[in-house]
Amino acid sequence: MNWGVFEGLLSGVNKYSTAFGRIWLALVFIFRLLVYVVAAERVWSDDHKDFDCNTRQPGCSNVCYDHFFPVSHIRLWALQLILVTCPSLLVIMHVAYREDREKKNREKNGENCPKLYSNTGKKHGGLWWTYLLSLVFKATVDMVFLYIFYRFYRNYTLPRVVKCELPPCPNVVDCFISRPTEKNIFTLFMVVTACICVVLSLVEAIYLIGKR
Amino acid sequence: MDWGALQTVLGGVNKHSTGIGKIWLTVLFIFRIMILVVAAESVWGDEQQDFVCNTLQPGCRNVCYDHFFPISHIRLWALQLIFVSTPALLVAMHVAYRRHEKKRRFRNGEKIDIEELKNEKFHIRGPLWWTYTSSIFFRIAFEAIFMYVFYYMYDGYQMPRLMKCSAWPCPNTVDCFVSRPTEKTTFTIFMLAVSGICMMLNLAELCYLVIKVCWKDSRKTT
Repeated sequence: MNWGVFEGLLSGVNKYSTAFGRIWLALVFIFRLLVYVVAAERVWSDDHKDFDCNTRQPGCSNVCYDHFFPVSHIRLWALQLILVTCPSLLVIMHVAYREDREKKNREKNGENCPKLYSNTGKKHGGLWWTYLLSLVFKATVDMVFLYIFYRFYRNYTLPRVVKCELPPCPNVVDCFISRPTEKNIFTLFMVVTACICVVLSLVEAIYLIGKR
Repeated sequence: MDWGALQTVLGGVNKHSTGIGKIWLTVLFIFRIMILVVAAESVWGDEQQDFVCNTLQPGCRNVCYDHFFPISHIRLWALQLIFVSTPALLVAMHVAYRRHEKKRRFRNGEKIDIEELKNEKFHIRGPLWWTYTSSIFFRIAFEAIFMYVFYYMYDGYQMPRLMKCSAWPCPNTVDCFVSRPTEKTTFTIFMLAVSGICMMLNLAELCYLVIKVCWKDSRKTT
């Protein structure tokens, strides 16, 4: 189970989305997931090894690293990407449920009975609500994670030097973060794409409500 | 042989599961296996390298690491996921056995449509009901056992920053520092919460199956 399989699962939702939904999916797969896998993961790969503190006291760099990076950006983005794309699975499951009901109805009442749904993929009735709820959930997840990032990492940026005075560090110790500029660039990129995705989801929700 | 192979095997069971069973399978693959592979493994990746003890005594760090982490969380989760998914194989085997029986009857002269046989969905009735119910029961048991093992081995679900070690050859008591304790605690609690959700789903499915059978029986007698 990896990102490729997950992507395969989700591309099925493309059929039942609006135009905004397809743009959103393309944005998430190309500008968020792909950038995450091919670039961001490498930038953070040595973040603990190259977190250097100006002391020979064993344990000081571990403790300081843990204090300044409670949960690493990379793990937060992995969670965010998984949670943000899951609501689409709800839509896929709802359509599959409708198709299953249609099939059972045909089996029970014969081939020429009236159909339950004119088109199982059309967003009418229950599916409209599922789709709308999935949009609201996606926007909420992105906003929650943007807030979490803001709380953990002030201004979404990482400084070059952090001053740490937790035991067992003696007095105040300078600790240097590895690749801060590159990390800031990628963090900003991911924040901007997340904001665009939130706006897209909200616009799509308004469009859906307006269309009805 | 990797998680993908398990997914292929279990995907087949999906057809014969109840609605709740399908949700359980989705939660298992996305919120447990996928999180384990893409996130948790990298958090624990450097755990022994960055386990630092405040001593230059050779061997002390190794001994202390081994004392505090008899089995790493990652390996326990991998074992838990394997054990929790295997009862579904019982159902897959039962379905395969029934298909085999039907094929045998076809070969002995009965008229059966081969194509329909391949795609036939067996309803959860009779012996299959017992197999399915016992597989859910085993899943619940394995989840509970592993949750307890985690609690027992690591004295709760929180990873401390500092551990004091006095095993030989460490001189007296030595401070040892764990790498990324907060991140590890976060993921441990996340995996625990998802295990809990899976257990609730399994219990709900068990109740649903039992109630369905009791309701059918009461309809038959009235």
